[in-house]
Amino acid sequence: MSKKVIDRLKAMFGDRILESSSLRGDDEVRVAPKDWRDVAAFLRDDGQTLMDHFLDLTAVDYPEREEARFDVVLFLRSMKLNHRIRLRTRVAEDQPLASLIDVWAGTNWAEREIFDMFGVKFEGHPDLRRILMYDEFEGYPLRKDYPIARVQPLVPYRQVEGIEKLAPFGDDEGMPFARVDWASRVAGADLPVSTGIGASTGQRKNLSQGAEYAGKVPVATDE
Amino acid sequence: MEPNYEDLSDDRELELPAEPMRINMGPSHPAMHGTIRMVLELDGETVVDLDVQPGYLHRGFEKSCERGTYNQCFPYVDRLNYVSPMLNNVGFALAVEKLCDLKVPERGQWYRMALGELARICDHLTCNSASAMELGAFTPFLWCIKARDYLWDILEQETGARLTHSFGRVGGMAKPPTDMFKESTLAVLPAIEEALAESELLLLKNRIFLDRTQGIGKLSAERAIALGVTGPLLRSTGVDYDVRKTNPYLFYKDVDFDVPVGHDGDNFDRFMCRFEEVRQSIKILRQVLDKMPTSGPVDCPDLRYVLPQKEAVYDTIEATIAHFKIVMEGLKPPKGEVYSFTEGGNGELGFYIVSDGSGTPYRVRVRPPCFFNLQAAREMLVGDMVADIVPTFGSVNMIGGECDR
Amino acid sequence: MAQSKTTNTMTMGAGDAGFVTTRFEDLLAWARRWSLFQYPFVTACCGMEFMSLNGPSYDGLARFGAEAPRFSPRQADLMWVVGTVSQRQAPALRRIYEQMAEPKWVVAFGTCASCGGFYDNYATVPGIDKIIPVDIYIPGCPPRPEAVLDGLMLLMEKISRGAGSGVGEPIVVPPRELPAMAQIRKKGTSVLFGQARLDDEHARLTAGTAKTLQQVLAGAPTESVALPVRGQSQGEDH
Repeated sequence: MSKKVIDRLKAMFGDRILESSSLRGDDEVRVAPKDWRDVAAFLRDDGQTLMDHFLDLTAVDYPEREEARFDVVLFLRSMKLNHRIRLRTRVAEDQPLASLIDVWAGTNWAEREIFDMFGVKFEGHPDLRRILMYDEFEGYPLRKDYPIARVQPLVPYRQVEGIEKLAPFGDDEGMPFARVDWASRVAGADLPVSTGIGASTGQRKNLSQGAEYAGKVPVATDE
Repeated sequence: MEPNYEDLSDDRELELPAEPMRINMGPSHPAMHGTIRMVLELDGETVVDLDVQPGYLHRGFEKSCERGTYNQCFPYVDRLNYVSPMLNNVGFALAVEKLCDLKVPERGQWYRMALGELARICDHLTCNSASAMELGAFTPFLWCIKARDYLWDILEQETGARLTHSFGRVGGMAKPPTDMFKESTLAVLPAIEEALAESELLLLKNRIFLDRTQGIGKLSAERAIALGVTGPLLRSTGVDYDVRKTNPYLFYKDVDFDVPVGHDGDNFDRFMCRFEEVRQSIKILRQVLDKMPTSGPVDCPDLRYVLPQKEAVYDTIEATIAHFKIVMEGLKPPKGEVYSFTEGGNGELGFYIVSDGSGTPYRVRVRPPCFFNLQAAREMLVGDMVADIVPTFGSVNMIGGECDR
Repeated sequence: MAQSKTTNTMTMGAGDAGFVTTRFEDLLAWARRWSLFQYPFVTACCGMEFMSLNGPSYDGLARFGAEAPRFSPRQADLMWVVGTVSQRQAPALRRIYEQMAEPKWVVAFGTCASCGGFYDNYATVPGIDKIIPVDIYIPGCPPRPEAVLDGLMLLMEKISRGAGSGVGEPIVVPPRELPAMAQIRKKGTSVLFGQARLDDEHARLTAGTAKTLQQVLAGAPTESVALPVRGQSQGEDH
């Protein structure tokens, strides 16, 4: 893809464009959080970029990067000129980012989702609440230090009788060579101890029952 | 009832309460479009405000993809837009291949196109017929489901499953096409066209259908673009943006088809866009089946990413090692990020993949077309009446798996 | 003494009490199982198979009289939980179940409803039986309409055995395959293919010279065996 957009941005913003790349034809530009809204608005309004079509806004978690944990990425497209750009910035864990809701209306739900999944707050968003998870949920699921199997049930689980079920996947089943041990990488990560196969009685512990969160998952005593 | 004397104002006129009424709709509700909750504020029958609350089918797709290998993402990806699973499969495979810089052989690309278009037809048939059923027209639903079952029979013959095939693989497909593929598809296409024609005959001159879809749920092109709307929803507002035309992938530039575009942005235009797209998909399918080579490999022969043939695995040590590494460690794309987009059933289906060089994806983000389409639903519905929610919501084609992931 | 005919606690004298009651209960069970009013709690992909089940190709529920959907739980007696139930959805499911009147039955349609499927994560309820009691589990992702019909027929049998809600063991739809067919099907798989090749090679290599481990350890002379060289034709094709 042509690099016209990157060149235009560099011409306009100079040093405020911290990095740019074009891997596999995807143009990408990184800015600092303080320039986030300015560059975005410029991309929409400038006659040579005309990025009026908002596509997506998402985040990626790099917990090992202490100074700025999250990458927030914006995908844009121009309806008329048919070119694309990816705009990226890095925010720290408690650092709010400017909301783009008045630049493109579509960022409303995308920012809510980033808040829900990662905990990044957006300044200027009129209604920043959880969108995919429920309000009682604690934590931010897509962060790397949120263990995937930690459930927070709204309705206490009842005792199941008459049928025997095993948990589908233990922590060390499948292909453990490919998996990253986040517990050891992220300091302070509160991850459950891996349930070994055949640990207690030759059967897998039922992860889904939240067995290792005994006391935290209320189990109903009656149906 | 006798008037409450406190309600009488000073000049003895009765003041009735006039706050909007708040009503909850969902998350389990009759419109067979999955599960969504809407909190409506009604003034009589008119919708004053509307809070669409998705997320009731959030199944942790993105987190689950970080847990296995790239090929293990295919079943999860299938269940995103579960009415057109092959389109998701193809989209994800293309994204990983873009990152790995893999080139799928010609036959594999044509095969992907064919299965993808079959899936797209299934999607549009389901959406339109379910919308019609919710308006009271039960018969077109039965006809379209019958037609969809024929398509599912073909997909079952090819992939082994009627729905959620998990047939895509990075670098190709799980298996090459069967010998009966071309023949059976060509045999089924007239039945699809017949179902379409008969449904249209029933619906398009029907007063009730027209009154409930024309002029209802309007969306303007500018708002649609700002909201990030794509797909039939955007095309019904008059903007002709179809990824297959603007950024062709696979062999879409070698087939001849049109992109149906509406002009009002109302429910009727969306309905017609979808039916026309079925016709265009049938046209594409005929060309693809004509042009697809009848022999040749479907998978890219790159041993770093694609499983070798079973016979070679038993015979040669290189294939055994390659098989071992791909299965045990997962295929390892180079470190980097890529965004690849295709035309899904609802619009631009994008996959943003972040790879850290290992066999496990670091982040798989799907750009869900109907998430942003659903965001537009609020604007389409405010000002209309409660009964208009049903056809409008049906025409948005909110697929829970894709919207909530 | 004879009481009102609408209750099933009619007693007519010590000897006949069981007979009339049982007949009446049989009648009731017959009526219930052939006119199930369904509450389709449809959430996800299994809903597509549910649609197909009701479509013309299978016409599944209509032939058992179970097709009438009642979107109010008060009027329904069979709840089809079709698709994944997320943690957020669980209170809604519980509430709808509680609103249904007795007798009521629940069918867990699909793997996600039966045990959470492969969504073993923070967002999914690992099987709706953690929330409500389930009568029939229909595994499959999504299950074929035939499997669903099997489940429905098993439920009808269960009802005919006099089961009210929550009575009787839950039933899982079993895979219906003749053992002979299963063996035939397995012959085509690569596991058997590989095993057959290994057996073949072993038979060729050690034709008549098979040694047990004890013999080798006892120092029996090993004969040199001509191993096949890769690349040379073996004279057989697979």
